[in-house]
Amino acid sequence: MPSKLTIKDLHVSVGETPILRGVDLEMNQGEVHALMGPNGSGKSTLAYAIAGHPKYTVDGGSILLDGEDVLEMEPSDRARAGLFLAFQYPVTIPGVKVHDFLRHAISNVRNPDRKEGEELISMREFRKELRDRMSEQRIEPEFARRYLNDGFSGGEKKRMEILQLAMLKPKFAFLDETDSGLDTDAVNFVSESVRRLSTENEMGVLIITHHDRLLQYNVPSITHVMLGGRIVETGGAELAQELHTAGYEKIRERHPEAAVEQAEQEQVAGV
Amino acid sequence: MTTLAAPPTAFGRETFDAYVERLVEPAWVTERRQAAFDSYTELHGVELDPEEFKRVDLRILRPEKFALQTDASESAGFETRMQQARFAGHVAHVDGHCVRSELSEELAAKGVLFGDLATLLREHGDVLEPHLMTRGVRPETDRFSAWHAAYFTGGTVLYVPRGVVVKEALHSLIAHATDGVADFCHTLVVLEQGAEAVLLEETASANDDLAGLHVGAVELLLAPESRLRYVQLQNWNEKSFHFAHQSGRVEKDARLQWTVGGIGGKLAHVHQNVELDGRGADAEVNGVTFAIDKQKLSYFTQQTHHSPDTRSDLLYKEVLRDKARVVWRGMIKVDADAQRTDGFQRCDGLILSDDARADSVPGLEIEADDVRCTHAATAGRVDEEEIFYCTSRGLSEYEAMHMIVEGYFHEVYDRIAPSKRIAGWDDECDTPGDPLEVVRDTLSAAVLEKLDLGD
Ligand SMILES: Nc1ncnc2c1ncn2[C@@H]1O[C@H](COP(=O)(O)OP(=O)(O)OP(=O)(O)O)[C@@H](O)[C@H]1O
Ligand SMILES: [Mg+2]
Repeated sequence: MPSKLTIKDLHVSVGETPILRGVDLEMNQGEVHALMGPNGSGKSTLAYAIAGHPKYTVDGGSILLDGEDVLEMEPSDRARAGLFLAFQYPVTIPGVKVHDFLRHAISNVRNPDRKEGEELISMREFRKELRDRMSEQRIEPEFARRYLNDGFSGGEKKRMEILQLAMLKPKFAFLDETDSGLDTDAVNFVSESVRRLSTENEMGVLIITHHDRLLQYNVPSITHVMLGGRIVETGGAELAQELHTAGYEKIRERHPEAAVEQAEQEQVAGV
Repeated sequence: MTTLAAPPTAFGRETFDAYVERLVEPAWVTERRQAAFDSYTELHGVELDPEEFKRVDLRILRPEKFALQTDASESAGFETRMQQARFAGHVAHVDGHCVRSELSEELAAKGVLFGDLATLLREHGDVLEPHLMTRGVRPETDRFSAWHAAYFTGGTVLYVPRGVVVKEALHSLIAHATDGVADFCHTLVVLEQGAEAVLLEETASANDDLAGLHVGAVELLLAPESRLRYVQLQNWNEKSFHFAHQSGRVEKDARLQWTVGGIGGKLAHVHQNVELDGRGADAEVNGVTFAIDKQKLSYFTQQTHHSPDTRSDLLYKEVLRDKARVVWRGMIKVDADAQRTDGFQRCDGLILSDDARADSVPGLEIEADDVRCTHAATAGRVDEEEIFYCTSRGLSEYEAMHMIVEGYFHEVYDRIAPSKRIAGWDDECDTPGDPLEVVRDTLSAAVLEKLDLGD
């Protein structure tokens, strides 16, 4: 049975500042959703909250994965339960090699009950798989021995996120501006990869983006529009299209209250 | 500051005379001991350099609790991780007495001397006389160097004749097996012109409970165009005291790579001095320390450039947790005529708990005008974003922490043994790895163990 992710009335703050003010969102495995909204509206905050970033405090609401309380889980358990966040700004970890990091990640995600120190997946099996995925993703094998994101270009970091997605095969993936920082060819290539991975693995994908290419390859069945920490509109693929051409002016007009909150948020952030 | 009128009785005149009486060694050695003992006595009236000892709490050292041992303890079986690697020779000392001394016949035939100091002083005194505590560690430096010079209890000697290149690593172990042991092992490495060698040295305690005192000295003397890679991994238990004067002298176009590891010890203070004596001399100094519980580790490092076109590059990486304290005081000195010196020093501290403390004080004293010298010291906590990134991929927090701490040391590992192969990842190949890979393995095992203990 396909899994279901249900977010209800989610309130999230950073420090003392409320960012998300009641977000509702429902996704089934296999569906593609788009999440759009102006800078600072709270898209990344939602993604972080789902993944369990400790800086983002959940003040209210719920996130359920097939009825299980995600908010009760540690970030590691969320990953093991099949949630994956492709970071808008992937983190550099000096001294930690890509292959070593991924071998641990895979071992835990495939064997969710694994405790630290217990056996990792066999090197032979892992090596073959990583090499295959790297070649599919057109990533040079040398990257396996490099330190995670250390000295990677902006585009290379994003490609590395997709490689991890391909290895971890989650039930739900949240792609936070994975298309930014990529050149035109890379955007096309990554968009196609996401399409293939999501259909092959029946992933649910939430695409956060300010561009249209990724959505042309991965046509969303539902588009959510965020403003001032709320999802103010929901529509189909055509809504995403409209926003790409017309911007958020009309959205602000239609939702004056959220627009005020958005403006305040922008002021705080100095956008 | 700590000033005493006389040496502690446990190491006073009576003990010294009785000790010297027992030794069988050339007259010049005994004479040097006598002179050193006089310095030792005098230096107790002299204040220790406050720059160096300000943050070292010597009050917890009680010399009367320690004594020289007349022989090596029975329980002298040591099997360290490092020993599992292949070496061309071994020298081991337990409680200040040599228990093992081996060198491959091939190297012996080339004139390489590798063995224990006591024996080699008797058999090759003429070779050692010009070098032993004359140019490297000088007995009169302070009360610890004098203490060592009066009482040294054997140690490891490596002598490589002109032009002889030793590719395989040699191994030296300094161990304690008896509660209350005082050992004064000396390490002397002499490379003649164009010679090359790799020496890996480690210290170890037979168990976690015995308290030991090590007052050591290391001298690395590199003639022109020679190359030495030397590691000393201090891996005592947490009841032991470690004091060491260590000196590297690097002549024209010679290259020294020197790595110190600080894992064990209740209180350790190392005075590490590298001197670039000849034009084109080059020294790379690496330090890796991991202190937990109430360990106190202190390093006083000096890079002194006496000649033009010399380079020194020091990198210390420290990890601390619990109530541990690590002090690093570093200095680059450049003489007036040492133009075009490249001098670098950096010390990074990674602090894993609120009560741990790292003090890093870099310094420069530059008298030449055409030099490039930089220094830096950083201290910080593990980045929460790094932990989150790892856990968001399914790693547990402990696994994440372990990877990040190991990764933190990698910058040093990569300098000492840039591993080209990854076990199991690369297709097996016959070429043996770098001999220093065993140092990485040993350190990485220590990291695992240290992260496991305590809260
Ligand atoms: N860790 C943080 N510390 C302080 N403020 C934060 C933090 N994270 C988010 N915020 C604030 O919360 C608001 C929403 O940020 P968020 O990153 O979720 O926006 P976004 O919709 O992803 O924007 P963008 O399109 O620019 O990526 C912003 O005003 C931002 O400054
Ligand atoms: Mg964002």
